[in-house]
Order: sequence, then C-alpha cells, then structure tokens
Amino acid sequence: MVILPNLRYTKEHEWVLVEDGIGTVGITDYAQDQLGDIVYVALPAPGRRLSQLAVFGEIESVKAVSELYSPVSGEVVESNGALADKPELINDSPYGEGWIMKVRLADEGEIEKLLTAAQYSDYIEREAG
Amino acid sequence: MTSPHPYIPNTDEDRRAMLDTIGVASSDELFADIPPELRIDGLELPPALPEQELLREMSALAGRNQVPEDGYACFLGAGAYRHFIPSVVGHVIGRAEFYTAYTPYQPEISQGTLQTMFELQSMVCELTGMDVANAGMYEGASALAEACLMACRVSGRSRIALLDTLNPAYADVVRTYASGPGLAVDVVSDGGLTAEHACLAVQHPNFFGCLEDVWAREAAAHAAGALLIAAADPISLGMLAPPGEWGADIAVAEGQSLGWPVNFGGPYLGLFACRRDHLRQMPGRIVGRTTDLDGRAGYVLTLQTREQHIRRERATSNICTSQQLVGLAATVYLAAVGKHGLRRIAEVCYQRAHHAAQRIAALPGYSIAFDAPFFKEFTVRCPRPPADVLARLLERGIIGGLDVSERVENGLLVCVTEMNTREEIDRLVETLP
Repeated sequence: MVILPNLRYTKEHEWVLVEDGIGTVGITDYAQDQLGDIVYVALPAPGRRLSQLAVFGEIESVKAVSELYSPVSGEVVESNGALADKPELINDSPYGEGWIMKVRLADEGEIEKLLTAAQYSDYIEREAG
Repeated sequence: MTSPHPYIPNTDEDRRAMLDTIGVASSDELFADIPPELRIDGLELPPALPEQELLREMSALAGRNQVPEDGYACFLGAGAYRHFIPSVVGHVIGRAEFYTAYTPYQPEISQGTLQTMFELQSMVCELTGMDVANAGMYEGASALAEACLMACRVSGRSRIALLDTLNPAYADVVRTYASGPGLAVDVVSDGGLTAEHACLAVQHPNFFGCLEDVWAREAAAHAAGALLIAAADPISLGMLAPPGEWGADIAVAEGQSLGWPVNFGGPYLGLFACRRDHLRQMPGRIVGRTTDLDGRAGYVLTLQTREQHIRRERATSNICTSQQLVGLAATVYLAAVGKHGLRRIAEVCYQRAHHAAQRIAALPGYSIAFDAPFFKEFTVRCPRPPADVLARLLERGIIGGLDVSERVENGLLVCVTEMNTREEIDRLVETLP
C-alpha cells in the first residue's frame, strides 16, 4: 500500500498536498483498494465553499457508495474533469492523475490537524487489524 | 385442539402461548399506542355466512355499482381514462412466467421479466422524447412527486412550483411527499416563478383539458434556473409534441391509459423519464442491456447505487420496486397498437371530443369554459349546478363527468375517448338538462 511522505491524510482516507496556498485533494491508495473498481465520482462545482471535513462529493464503486470529505476549509478552484469519463484513473493513479479537486485554503493552520504519513500508516494498520 | 374459524388456524391456546412468550396480557395491549379516538370500538358485524350465501350477498352489493360495463355511458376522466384494451394484453400478463406484481428479488435470473422492463423503458423514452426512463413507479401522482424531489436534488433548491392548472390530487400528493424533507410547495400562475424554485411542474394537457402554452412555460422555468417537469397523458403523445421536444428536463405520466382498466383508482403505473445529465439523480429501478462473457445479450438491474439497499438514507428514493405487472400491460399495449395505432387512437379521441364539445356548446345555456385548444377532455360551463346535471344524467344511465364548480363556475369536466360511441355522445347531448 503506497503512502506518500509529503502528503497529509484524513481518517476518511483523503489526502491533501498543499502548494502555494492551493490544496490538491484525492483518496488514498488504501481507499481505492478497499472500494474496488470505481465507476463514478460526483465532483464539486468550482466556487463552492467547504469547511474542514465537510462532504464535498460522492464516489461509487461497483460495490459501494461513499462520501468524500474535504481535508481543508476553503473554496473549490477546480475539479478533475477527466474523472467524468475515466473514473478508473483513481484506481490506476490515486496520488497522480486520479486527483479529485483543488481547493484554495482558507486556513493553512488546519493542516496540523490532519494525520502525517506515519500516523496514517498506523491508523490503517489498526483499522485493517 | 379446536380451531374457532375455518380459515384462521390460530386457536385460543396458540394465542395464549404467543402472548405469554412476549409478556403481554392480552392482544388489546398491542394496540395501546394507537390513540383511542382512532380505534373502532364495537364493530357490529352480522354472524358469518356460509360461502354460497356470502357470494350472493357480495354480488348484490357489487350490483349496486354504476359502471360502464353495465351499459352506462361514461364521460368521466380527470386522470383515470377508459381506453380499449386489446385481448393480447390480458393474455400475456396472465402467463405464469409473468404473473407477479414484483420486480424479482434475484432479478437477473428472470431475464424475460427484465427484458420487458427494458422494452418499457425504451418505449417510454420514444413516447416522451427523453433520454432515459426507469422501469415504472406507483402511479402518475407519485411519479410527479418523485420528479419534484429529484429537481430539488439536482438544483440544490428547496421550493417546488406547481402550475395552477395541475390536477389537484397530484398537488396533494406532492405536498405529502414534500412535507417529510421540509420542502416548500407553491402553486403558481403566470410569472409566479422565482430563482428559489427548483422546478416548475406543468400538466399538458392540463387538469381542465386545455393544452398549455408549453414553450412559454419552458422559457419561464429555464429563465428562473428551474427544471421543467412535464406531466403528460401518454395517449395524447400519439399526436402532440413530446415533452423532450419542448424542453422538459423530467417527464412523468400516468400509464393506466396504456392497457389497464380504471379499476377503483389503482394499482396504476407511473412513467418516469429524464435527460441523461440527471440520470444519477433518477429514482426507481433501471434495467440495462449488456453482454455476457460469451457475447450474448443479457439484461441486468443497473445504476443500483442510487437505490436504498446500497445508499441507505441518501438514496434517490425509498421506492425499491416497480409496478411490474401494470408495466408489463403497458409494454404489451404499446407493442400491440404500435406507433401508427397510438396516433390513430389519439386522433379518434380528439375528433370525438371535439364533436361532443361542439354539440354541447350549441345547446342553450351551455358553453366551453376555456378558449384554448384541447385534446380529449374539456370543461363545460353549465346553466345550473353541475351536481344537478350529473344527477339527472345518472338517472338516464350516463356518468357525465367531474364537477369542477369549485374551480370553474358551474364547471363540468367532460372526457371523450375512443370508447365513447357516436350514439353515446348523442344520448349525452339529448339528455343534458
């Protein structure tokens, strides 16, 4: 299971990468593995304001529907349109081409409330345990 | 051990054992949560009759009904319509392979049933001019209510607008559905739509029989950023432009006209179709066609992640079945009459209704209430209260229509279909007081 050291994580299995005040958000390798083949993602509209851990979308696999939780507060600046036709990008490349949205952060301090790679690794080990 | 009743197998001892097991002194205690004023106290029934006498009693009661089958001429519509039902409909739906009201619980094992559902969806799309249809809902009114809920989900708004010419029974059902999730329902006329409204629901032809100016409704709805919901009469679609052509985002219809008798108000069939963009927000079951490992065509329930067995409280609807048997009747009906047959049926309804309207309007004191084109129903303004008119007609073996005097002064809503002969229309005109 791939967990990248430069990202921060939620207990709901989203990741965020912050660069120049913009957070790129997706779901983790562990999450896509648990969900199985992903068939649909309901993406948030640009301009939508989110608070930390608010639901911003839904993800459907062949066996379940899950809600997506925003790791950070802020305004949606872009969502990954490529997922409309190719939701399987999330399975193939959860930390790359399978990113879901970009958010302009309202409060960079919030990042400290999220799990580090090491903490997330412990967390999923316990959850799988 | 004796049983007190031939068809109720539980003995007093059985009941005692069950009550003791759950720790209740008497079965009355089980009803303690129902307020006393809602309970029937002391139902006085005559002693049970032998089967033969009971049948005689029930036949005598049924004989008091005044129904078209006993020679009454019927001009009553208002949402439930008499149309000819080809014999093949009853024959096909009565086959043991099909004769169930339910979508099977292990659906893919019943390929024949799924195929008929898929065919119904395909025909509903052709009929309404929409992209996608589901396998059917309870009836027209609840299909409309589901469409309103769907419009709220799609738009993120929480006010529903119903045009004031909608069937009032449909409006009541929408209010019932809207009360749970706390959505507001407004009945609007021209220009009553605001940017808070999720949708505008338009019945076409409307409750009074008139064709709506659908293009003006389309412009108003979309200018307000609302979805346009069409409630259609499927028989009228044999000759009128389908909702998809005039910009409806969701189209619903009462499917009873398609091969199903009016019965006593149900069970009926809700038809539901929408644009492809909104597919994921659609309620109800959807059958898809696919291929198996060997490349053969097969049918499956699809997009089930919308439904409550997967999405639970966030499902698009709590409906997890379809009106399967009535849906099959509609499928067989549409296949039997075909495109040209449906057009012909619509034309006969139109011609006979217009013939009847002309004759009635020529009677002294009678007129047609609205100056608008109509299809098979029209509102007559009577020279006296419609209740009196209807009573007089009924004495002469004619069910004259629906009293709509609450909405239109001395208004009588009259429906004429291909089931009404020229002789019946003559009798109606000659008998109107």
